[in-house]
Amino acid sequence: MRTVTIVGASLSGLYAARELRAQGFDGRLVIVGEEPHLPYDRPPLSKNFLSGRTDEDQLALTDADETAGLDAEWLLGVRARGLDTRGRTVVLDDGRTVSTDGVVLATGAAARRLPGGSLAGVHTLRTLDDARALRADLGLGARQVVVIGGGFIGAETASSCAGLGHAVTVVEAAPLPLVPQLGADMAAVCAALHRRRGVELITGTGVAGLRGTATVTGVDLTDGRTLPADIVIVGIGATPNTSWLVGSTLALHDGVLCDDGCATALPQVVAVGDVARVGGSRAEHWTSATEQPRVAVTNLLAGRTLQRVRTVPYFWSDQYGSRIQFAGRHRDGDTVHLTEGEITDDGPGESGFLAHYERGGRTVAVLGVDQPRAFLRARRELQRQVREQAVPAVL
Amino acid sequence: MIPVCRLEDLPEGESVRVETTPPVAVFRTEDGELYAIDDTCTHQDASLSEGWLEGCLVECPLHAASFDLRTGEPTCLPARRPVRTHRVTVEDGVIHVHLTAEEGTAA
Repeated sequence: MRTVTIVGASLSGLYAARELRAQGFDGRLVIVGEEPHLPYDRPPLSKNFLSGRTDEDQLALTDADETAGLDAEWLLGVRARGLDTRGRTVVLDDGRTVSTDGVVLATGAAARRLPGGSLAGVHTLRTLDDARALRADLGLGARQVVVIGGGFIGAETASSCAGLGHAVTVVEAAPLPLVPQLGADMAAVCAALHRRRGVELITGTGVAGLRGTATVTGVDLTDGRTLPADIVIVGIGATPNTSWLVGSTLALHDGVLCDDGCATALPQVVAVGDVARVGGSRAEHWTSATEQPRVAVTNLLAGRTLQRVRTVPYFWSDQYGSRIQFAGRHRDGDTVHLTEGEITDDGPGESGFLAHYERGGRTVAVLGVDQPRAFLRARRELQRQVREQAVPAVL
Repeated sequence: MIPVCRLEDLPEGESVRVETTPPVAVFRTEDGELYAIDDTCTHQDASLSEGWLEGCLVECPLHAASFDLRTGEPTCLPARRPVRTHRVTVEDGVIHVHLTAEEGTAA
């Protein structure tokens, strides 16, 4: 393989570049990025960056020394428009083409938006530019903020806005936020964090539309209410960036379909991060984006699946001064046992808690709130189980 | 020189956070060695005193960055910058940390 092109210059794209060099690829390395920025870390955008405690230079994922060592051609500020898998060419929006032997798809996901025109004061929070714009708006003085969507981005953003002194309301269409991630019982516990910090949480109600002519003035709810708003943050999930691959021979369905080694049906194309549907599931988690590239690059360089991603899903979220950490996979019907700390009527107890999700007598997932040490121990135990399952029963 | 706790109050394999500015983490390894480093992971806001101690390495509880307690150097990503190390002594059975002067480097 003489040329490898990584499409996507974010977390998983950078990790793929590192892996290519670490695994001995010494050919031409091209990295295409839609944003004009070198790779940066997104998790702080909704937290410390928004609240002003982290600056842009602290978001950088790489430095001059490392980029020099990677010896890559960075094509930034340009979007990929197509992938000609037969001709092995990546076509860029500005008409340029990159002839390549191998491709790592790392185009991530884009924030879902509300239908309709764009009003000033309405934001999504996915990219550095999104966060810059929102931070500037929030800096104009105390405002009425409505956050649409109570998922992780919504909750973190609401928390940051409340911390900056804004009046915040979160609107969640489901009866409770975070149920798919945490299950109903634990989602209810975490939802209490909003109330505790004076943020109003309106659930079970959708958004009918936004009010305003040039600038947003309010949010119409499907139950007939209107919430006044100077700033609206739309946190209703993200869609994998696959539209540029339509017309290629790759199978697309809520992401690029891959086997459990991040390999697509084409031996010279692998996918990583938010855009990759690996072994039947797609994760929009930092940890997946950093763990998949090692396996993907091994398989890309081998031209077939030698390794599989075998990790325990893990994500974390910081909301209202509490750190929520979750590892494993839960399903409806799992029983939840509290093993550390306590849960009160008002949400997590003073010192947080650790909860185990059990199915058939086995721990399948673990949730920690402000219990990093106990959580770490439990997460390592889960990982150990998975590794043991990976060992063939008969050697 | 800052007193931390009595030696017997920090069992082997455990760590304690000292609320200095910035906070410092003091570790007592399984071998009984004492080390002190800055408590905050250089990658993202997390307390290394709550991390996973194995030999002379501590793994950050948030993103599994790992630091060598002897040098403060990260041994794996995502951390790329070292944490400061501090000298530790035991006097009259009490652990003391001698804070390394703040360096003039950019944060």
